[in-house]
Amino acid sequence: MHSDRASTKLKVAAGLGLSFMHLPIILIFIYAFTTEDKSYQWPPPGLTLKWFEVTWNRPDVWEALTLSLKVASISTIIALILGTLCAAAVSRSRFFGREAISLLVILPIALPGIVTGISLRSAFNIADIPFSFWTIVLGHATFCIVVVYNNAVARFRRTSGSLIEASMDLGATSFQTFRHVILPNISTALLAGGMLAFALSFDEVIVTTFTAGQQQTLPIWMLEELVRPRQRPVTNVVAMIVVLVTFLPILGAYYLTRGTDTVAGQGK
Amino acid sequence: MTSAVAFTSVSRHFGSVRAVDNVDINIAEGEFFAMLGPSGSGKTTCLRLIAGFEQPTAGEISIFGQSAQGVPPYKRQVNTVFQDYALFPHLNVLDNVSYGLMIAGISKKERRIAAEEALELVALPGYGGRKPSELSGGQRQRVALARALVNKPKVLLLDEPLGALDLKLREQMQEELKELQRKLGITFVFVTHDQGEALSMADRVAVFNDGKIVQVGKPEDIYYRPEVPFVADFVGSSNVLPPHVTKEVKGIAVTAAVRPEAVRLGEKGLPATVRSTSFIGTSTRVSLDLGGFQMIALLPKGQIIPSAGERTHVSWADEDIHLMEQADE
Repeated sequence: MHSDRASTKLKVAAGLGLSFMHLPIILIFIYAFTTEDKSYQWPPPGLTLKWFEVTWNRPDVWEALTLSLKVASISTIIALILGTLCAAAVSRSRFFGREAISLLVILPIALPGIVTGISLRSAFNIADIPFSFWTIVLGHATFCIVVVYNNAVARFRRTSGSLIEASMDLGATSFQTFRHVILPNISTALLAGGMLAFALSFDEVIVTTFTAGQQQTLPIWMLEELVRPRQRPVTNVVAMIVVLVTFLPILGAYYLTRGTDTVAGQGK
Repeated sequence: MTSAVAFTSVSRHFGSVRAVDNVDINIAEGEFFAMLGPSGSGKTTCLRLIAGFEQPTAGEISIFGQSAQGVPPYKRQVNTVFQDYALFPHLNVLDNVSYGLMIAGISKKERRIAAEEALELVALPGYGGRKPSELSGGQRQRVALARALVNKPKVLLLDEPLGALDLKLREQMQEELKELQRKLGITFVFVTHDQGEALSMADRVAVFNDGKIVQVGKPEDIYYRPEVPFVADFVGSSNVLPPHVTKEVKGIAVTAAVRPEAVRLGEKGLPATVRSTSFIGTSTRVSLDLGGFQMIALLPKGQIIPSAGERTHVSWADEDIHLMEQADE
C-alpha cells in the first residue's frame, strides 16, 4: 500500500540528515557573536556585537568582497553569452566535430580544479600575460560556461524546433525570434545556470590560487584569516553575511522559476 | 490566370538524397491543393520550399508571379500550420494568435480585435486567456489555424494538420477546413499521407513518389483514372494484376488494375485461396492468394464471407478493369 504520509522513522531519518547538513552553519553564526577572539570555544564565554563594527571598518574585507563580486559577475556574464551561443549551436545544427565540442566544453568541470589551475598558470606564463583581475575572470569563466551550457542545452533539447520556424513564418527576423520566442523559453534555464555559475565563481579557491596575482578574493581572504589567530570572529561575520547575501537571490530565483515545469513545445 | 505558386523544374537534394527531384507545379489562385504521398516522398519538402525554410538546389519557385529566390520565410506572404502546431508555450492563446501582427508593428488594440475575430472564425471565441497547454489537441489545431489566418496570407500551407487528431475530430475538421477555404478564398496547400483526406477536401491532388510528382488531377481522376500503377495502388489500394493477365493494347505495354470493391468471389474466374479475412466496419476485407500473387477483395455487408484456407474463384466485370501505361522500368 502506498501512502502519502511518510512513516515516523523516515521523518526522523530525514530530520537527522538535514540537521547534519545545516547545524554546523548555525554554529558559524553563533561564533560571530562570541567574545573570545583567539580560539573557537564552546559554549561561547559571552556574546557581543562588536565584531560587526570591526568587520565594517576593515578595508581588506571590503577589497576582497568587491573583488569577488566583480569576478563572479563578469565571469557569469561571459559564461551566459558564450554558454548560450555554444548550446544553441550544438543543439540546433549538425556540423563536423559537434560531439567533440560538446565534450570539450564539459571537460573543465570534470577536471580537478588543480589541473585547470596549473595548466592556466603555465599558459599565462608562456603567453607572458601578467596575473591580474582578468586572469582570475578567465579561469572562472572556464567552469562557469559549463553550468550555463548544461542548463541551456537541456532546455534547447526540450524546445521544439518548429517554434523558431513558426516565428519566422509569422514574419519575425532572427533577432525578433530570439527576443520573443527563444529568450522567454530559455530564460529560466539561463537564470538557474547563471546563479549556479555566480555561486561557483564566488566560492572558488583552487583555480583562483593559481590564476590570481596579489589580489585576494573573499574565499582566499577567509582561508588566510583562519591561519592567523587574530580577530577570528571577523571571519564568521563575513561568512554570515555571505550566506545571507547568496541565499536571497537563490530564494528569489526559486520563487521565479516555480510553476514553469511545462516543457516548451510539448504535446500535440 | 495567375498561379499562386509555381515550381519550374525544382529540385532539392540533401547530399545524395533527392528529396525533391525536378518537380513542376502550378497551383491556381484560390485553389485547395493537396500534396499526397507516402512519408519520404518529398511532399513536406515541397511545402517547406514554398514557406522558405528550404532553398531549392535547382529550379525556380515563384509566388504570385514573383521569384522566391533568396526571399527569407519572414518576407513571404505565406503562413504555415505546422504538424505539431508549434504554438508558443509561454504565450496565451490571444498572444499566440496576434504574434504575427505584433511583429508587423500593429497597435495593441487593433491586434486584439483581429485576434478575437480570428478565434471566432475557428470557433474558439473567449479562449484568448488560456495557455496552449490547457487546450485539447483539436483546440490547439484551431489556434494554429487562427494564428496563420490572422495575417491574411496569400497562401496557407498546412503540414499534415489533422494527423494528430482522432477519427471523428478529423472528419469534422476536414469539413470545417473546406468550408473555411471556400469562405476566405485563400489558396490552401495541404500536405497529407491520407488519401481519403486528400480526395475529400482538395480541388486538385498531386501524388508524390520518390521526390517526383507521378500524377496531378482532380480527385475523381486520381481515383478512377490512375495513370501509373503507383497511384492505383497508393490511392485506391487497387489490385495491380500480374504480367500474364496484362495484354498489349494497340502495341503499348499496359498494366491492368482492379479495385478491391470490384472483385467478386464465386464459381467463375481465376482460382484463388483465401488467406485471411478481417471485418472493417462497412465491409469485410478478404486477402487472397492467386498462385503466388496477392489480391484484396472488399465484400459488402450481406455477402457470404469465406473462411481462411477456403478455395474460391475471383472475377470482375470488364468495365472495372483499368488500364495504365506500364512504368518504364
